Amino acid sequence: MTALLLRDLKLSIRAGGGALIGVLFFMTVVAVIPFGVGPDLNLLSRIGPAIVWIGALLAALLGLDRLFQTEREDGSLDLLLMQEHPLVLVVLTKCLAHWLANVLPLVIASPLLGLFMNMDEVAIGAVMLTLLVGSPALTFIGAVGAAVAVTLPRGGLLVSILVLPLCVPVLIFGVSASYAAVEDPAPFLPPFMILAAITMFFAVLGPVGAALALRNAGD
Amino acid sequence: MTESLAITKFSDLANPTRFLALAARILPWLSALTALLFAVGLYLAFSTEGDYQQGDTVRIMYVHVPTAWLSMMCYSVMALSAIGTLVWRHPLADVSHKAAAPLGAAFTLIALVTGSLWGKPMWGTWWVWDARLTSVFVLFLMYLGIIALNRAMDDPSRAARVSAVLILVGFVNIPIIKFSVDWWNTLHQPASVIRLGGPTIDGEFLRPLLVMAVAFTLLFFTLHIMAIRNEIWRRRVSTQRRMAARLAGQEG
Repeated sequence: MTALLLRDLKLSIRAGGGALIGVLFFMTVVAVIPFGVGPDLNLLSRIGPAIVWIGALLAALLGLDRLFQTEREDGSLDLLLMQEHPLVLVVLTKCLAHWLANVLPLVIASPLLGLFMNMDEVAIGAVMLTLLVGSPALTFIGAVGAAVAVTLPRGGLLVSILVLPLCVPVLIFGVSASYAAVEDPAPFLPPFMILAAITMFFAVLGPVGAALALRNAGD
Repeated sequence: MTESLAITKFSDLANPTRFLALAARILPWLSALTALLFAVGLYLAFSTEGDYQQGDTVRIMYVHVPTAWLSMMCYSVMALSAIGTLVWRHPLADVSHKAAAPLGAAFTLIALVTGSLWGKPMWGTWWVWDARLTSVFVLFLMYLGIIALNRAMDDPSRAARVSAVLILVGFVNIPIIKFSVDWWNTLHQPASVIRLGGPTIDGEFLRPLLVMAVAFTLLFFTLHIMAIRNEIWRRRVSTQRRMAARLAGQEG
C-alpha cells in the first residue's frame, strides 16, 4: 500500500506538474470573478469564502477523470484488480495519493487567494481549515465518478456532471462553516462537525462504490 | 415455504418471455384503471372549492404534490432495481432502472414546473434557492446524469451495472430531500399529509389529492412496465439484426 502511495505520488509530481496546473486553474477561476462582479472590495470580502470554495471544488474535479484511466490504459488496473489486497483499500490509497498530490496544494494556495478577495485573517483561516477537512470528501465522491466512467474514452465532462450534484452538501456545509467563523451569531462548530462527518461518511462510501464500479466495468 | 414460492415467482420473471406475457395481461387493466382514476381525480380536483386564500391556484397542488412524491418514489424503485442488478444479477432489474430514469426525470420536471407556476402568484417569484427546491433540482440533474451515462456506453449490461453503482451512491440525496423542510426552516411548507398525528390539511383538499396521487402512481407503473417491454423488444430487434447480418455475411 505504501509502495502504491509513493508510486502514485511520484507519478503525479513528475508527469508534467499536474498539481501545479490544478493550482493555476484554481487561481484563474478566482481571478476571473472580480472581472464579472466588479472590483468592489466590500462585496468581494463578503462573497470571498464562497468563491474560494467553488474554485477549489472545480479545481479538485479537474484531474479526477485520470484517477483510474492511466492505470487502465497501461494495464496495471487489471493487476490491481487481481492482487490479494482488498480493492477497497487500493482505491482508498489511490484517493489519498490523489488528494495529497492535487488537492492539498489547493488548500495551501487558498490563503493567498483569500488575500486577493480582501478577506480578514479569521475568514482566511476558516476557509483553509474547512477546505482541509472538506476536500477529501470531494476526492472520495469523485473516485466513484471516475470509476464509473473509466471505460469511456471521453469521460472527463461526464465525471464532472455526475459528481457535482453529490458534492453539493460538502459545499453547503463548508461555506456555511466559513461564514459562521466570521459572523458572530452563528456558531462555527456545528456545520464544521457536519462537514467532518460528511468527509468520514464518503471516506467509507466512496472507495466501496468505486471498487464495485471498477469490478463491474472490467471487460 | 411461502417465501421460497415468492422467490421462485420473482425469478420466473427473469425470463423475458414470461415477463412479456404477464405485461400483456396486466397492461390493459392497469391502463384502464389509471384512466378511470384520473377521470375521478380531475373531476374532484375541479369540482371542489378553491382555497379561501389561494383561490383556484390550489388546484395546481393536485398535480404538483403527486409528481413530487413520484419523483422520489421513482428513484427508490431505481435503487431497488440497482440492488437487484448488483446483488441478484436479475436480468430484468437492468432493464427496469434504465427504463425508470427518463420517467423519473419527467416527473421531477413536472413537479418543478408546476411548483414554479404555483410559486409565481403565491410567493411572488418563479424560483427561490430554498432547501427543498434546490435538492429536487439536484435530483433532476442526477436523473439526467444517469441517463447520460446509460447512453454513453455501448454494452447494455455493463452500462446497467455501472449506472447501478451510481444510483446507489446518489440515493444519499433522497433522505436529504425528504427532510430538507424539517432541517432547514425555509419557504417551502413542511409535510402536511404523511406525518405523525394525522394530516393537517382539510378533507376537502385531501380527497382529490389522494385520488390524484394513486392515479399518478398507477400511471408511473403503467409507463414503467411499457418502457421495460419496449426495451426488451428493442434488444430483441437489435439481436435479430445482428444475427441476420451474420447470416448474410456467411452466405455472401
